[in-house]
Amino acid sequence: MLGLNEAEWAAVGLSLRVAAVATACSLPLAIAVAALLARGRFPGRSLFDALIHLPLVMPPVVTGYLLLLLFGRRGLIGEWLYEQFGLVFAFRWTGAALAAAVMAFPLMVRAIRLSFENEDARLRAAAATLGAPPWAVFVRVSLPLAWPGIVAGGVLAFAKALGEFGATITFVSSIPGETQTLALSIYNQMQVPGGEQRLWPMVLLAATLSLLALLLSEWLVRRQPRRDTG
Amino acid sequence: MLDLNLHIRRGNFSLRFALKSSARVIALNGASGAGKTSLLHALAGVVKPHAGFLRWNSTTWFDAEQHIHVAPHRRRIGYVFQDARLFPHLSVAANLDFGARYVAAGENRFERAALIEMLALEPLLGRRIGYLSGGERQRVAIARALMTQPQLLLLDEPLSSIDRSHTAELLPYLRTLRDDLALPMIYVSHDPDEVSRVAEEIVQLPFGGTGSAL
Repeated sequence: MLGLNEAEWAAVGLSLRVAAVATACSLPLAIAVAALLARGRFPGRSLFDALIHLPLVMPPVVTGYLLLLLFGRRGLIGEWLYEQFGLVFAFRWTGAALAAAVMAFPLMVRAIRLSFENEDARLRAAAATLGAPPWAVFVRVSLPLAWPGIVAGGVLAFAKALGEFGATITFVSSIPGETQTLALSIYNQMQVPGGEQRLWPMVLLAATLSLLALLLSEWLVRRQPRRDTG
Repeated sequence: MLDLNLHIRRGNFSLRFALKSSARVIALNGASGAGKTSLLHALAGVVKPHAGFLRWNSTTWFDAEQHIHVAPHRRRIGYVFQDARLFPHLSVAANLDFGARYVAAGENRFERAALIEMLALEPLLGRRIGYLSGGERQRVAIARALMTQPQLLLLDEPLSSIDRSHTAELLPYLRTLRDDLALPMIYVSHDPDEVSRVAEEIVQLPFGGTGSAL
């Protein structure tokens, strides 16, 4: 179908799974971080903000290497996770998801944070006078009003995760069926002499998926309710 | 019984205000910029005053020296904002019910059905907020505040966001509120005529907001 063979379809399926898991698992954390950055005033806020954005500007290979150091089987966190929960990231598809999540995280936080910053503080005050404690104001007023931004951030992160390359190949290598996502598969195909004819279906598919995700994300942001309080 | 002596500061704005009153309906009158809304914000706990104290009957809501500042959601004050502040993601009915879950059991002085009848909200219940007129929004906001079974109701210029030709539509509801509910109210307006029609005691706020009202 679409000129892709079975192994290539497996790469597409793996990419979708990696991106979906990466997005779903990091979304709650991204919401918390976005809320903290939009509202919180605490010492070290600028540094925290910069650290969150680091994967956006750092060479992906560095991010991947740091992930390897931290989450490898003998890594600081990786060893502990393996001993406590039997959880392994290195050279597994879960590691690809972790790399994709870290790389996509800044984009997700930015989109969600924008929604929280645009939120009408007057509505929060109104909710408080109606008896709602702060956490309830967040859940019943802030979250629903920020929802389009949250979904847009999720879609954008999904698109980014779908195409992640540098950190992934550094952290979990390119193992067919386990960590070889669509992007890695394309790169792999380029290394095969004369393999370029087979590239086009995958290239088109990757470009189409990214474009659709971007359009969807844009559309969701524009649908965001303006500050039209009643 | 309201007893307060407050110093409110917001940027360059500074307001000192003292008041002791047992009147059930108090009107705060003053030109715009006199700090009427700031005072309501302080009463509701939305804004923390710089200094002073604020007592309602036997409860202290704020006391700078004793470091008391009761959070707004614990004060049981109904606040009808000038701009209504209905939740745009909820229907009229859901707006009304927003505070219901925070009301202590047995507190049912203002019943939903009675409020809907009093403020003629029945035809609006299923509607979205965007489709309401200014007067309708204020009626919903009043009912929503009363649904939380407040011990004190704050009304901030309830007529100001309404087209002049339509204020007459809301006035009867405000009179009903004053006469039939026996609920302590603080009514803010810049219009002396409007104030004299609702209040028992009128407190004039000085222009500019420095100095004392007593």
